[in-house]
Amino acid sequence: MTSASDRIRQLLDAAGVARCLDGIAAAIHERWKDEPRLALVGVYQRGVPFARALRQRLRDRGMEPDFGKIDITQYRDDLQTMTVLPKLEGSEITFDLEDAVVILCDEVIHTARTTRAALEELLGFGRPRCVQIAALVDRAGRELPLYPRYSGIETDLPAGERVCVRFVDGDGVDEVFTCPWEKK
Amino acid sequence: MSLKTPRKDLLDIASLSDEEIEFVLANAVPFKDLFKRSVKKVPTLKGRTVLTLFYEPSTRTRSSFEVAANRLSADVTHFDIESSSVVKGESVLDTVETLESMRADYIVVRHKQSGTPNLIAKNTRASVINAGDGWHAHPTQALLDAFTLREKLRDLRGARALIVGDIQHSRVARSTSLILRRLGMSLAYLAPGSMMPRETPDEVGLFGNWDDALSWRPDVVYLLRVQSERLDEPFFPTAAEYHKHYGLTDARVGILRERGLWLMHPGPVNRGVEITDTGMNYERSLINAQVENGIAVRMSVLYWLRPGALEES
Repeated sequence: MTSASDRIRQLLDAAGVARCLDGIAAAIHERWKDEPRLALVGVYQRGVPFARALRQRLRDRGMEPDFGKIDITQYRDDLQTMTVLPKLEGSEITFDLEDAVVILCDEVIHTARTTRAALEELLGFGRPRCVQIAALVDRAGRELPLYPRYSGIETDLPAGERVCVRFVDGDGVDEVFTCPWEKK
Repeated sequence: MSLKTPRKDLLDIASLSDEEIEFVLANAVPFKDLFKRSVKKVPTLKGRTVLTLFYEPSTRTRSSFEVAANRLSADVTHFDIESSSVVKGESVLDTVETLESMRADYIVVRHKQSGTPNLIAKNTRASVINAGDGWHAHPTQALLDAFTLREKLRDLRGARALIVGDIQHSRVARSTSLILRRLGMSLAYLAPGSMMPRETPDEVGLFGNWDDALSWRPDVVYLLRVQSERLDEPFFPTAAEYHKHYGLTDARVGILRERGLWLMHPGPVNRGVEITDTGMNYERSLINAQVENGIAVRMSVLYWLRPGALEES
């Protein structure tokens, strides 16, 4: 995990993360409150706790969306040059994807290459009626024409910085900050 | 668990670290999950070329590798030995040079001569996967056997496997024994004296008949294929004689059923020799699971190996 000394600046504290999650959940609820086939699908790694946090908020509003996870490792174009070969987590879509409405959740959307890979992996499981994208942080710098329908904050950062998101669920704290790219 | 040191070739089980075995077996799980999807394909090896180079006949292993490579989106080509210049006397290394010029990324090799895959691996930047060499090794069979057993038994530590048949001349027995022992299983062999290995580790039990072997209380019985080419050699008198003494007869299937033992076989089977029709229909047979798991494990191996990586061994 990135240590405190690697931080450049904080973008959201715990209260800020909670506000963003509440706002995104409210927007999803507003649009899909009568939809029985709604599903939240998190992209590994932190898209998963992000999706779980949204699911909890939707449950609080009386909804019971399906839940899934997407592992995009095999869609990475740098797999053959990576020095550390990642273990595959494996995608888990246990609900019927046919005709479902999917909110694809990732903690950060930047170039959208991850999102493209996640879409490709998702569509391998079936044919949803509709897919929308939710991101806690929408960072400028799109390289592909994919945009989140729901996002917490928008930010534009220098090239040397990346966004680090931490969730209580897994990291012990809700927080968003920036750190140098090379420190991973 | 991620893996920090890339490996170029898979030549045997003995040279693998525990971490590497675990990595391949763990990743085979999500690869197997892929088979349930409507699209059974991922782009992992898109743009990569896998060449199958089989100097010995094989349908099952070769097809398994081809399906595995296809599901990873690799381009797969079979180098047809029968119609190639190999039959005109081209050496293995000349053939490898040709394949190198074709820019193969992975070469899957089967050869009757032990050590040929190692020789090829030293002379190509492609990743070489040993799909069986002589009596030496068949590492992907061993990995798929371990994966299949772990699906049923979860933890192999303390479990017992009885391997039956021509142990001495079997690369399957050699590699599978190695991996099962590495994963904590106890092993015993049941074979005619002429097919029993000359040297075995002290902790491996050796039996000459089924009664003694079954009283050792195995959890799984692993039958080896009787290699028909050996029927011409004086290892046992006839196929019927082998069946009577070492085959899984209907009566022995009854004992397996009574005790709930798992049954494995690397295929292809010789019905009426090492196994009967009843044995093939035995409800705790894992033979079909071995075939399906073979694809997942070979996908995992292809995902793991790195063409051009420095061979650390």
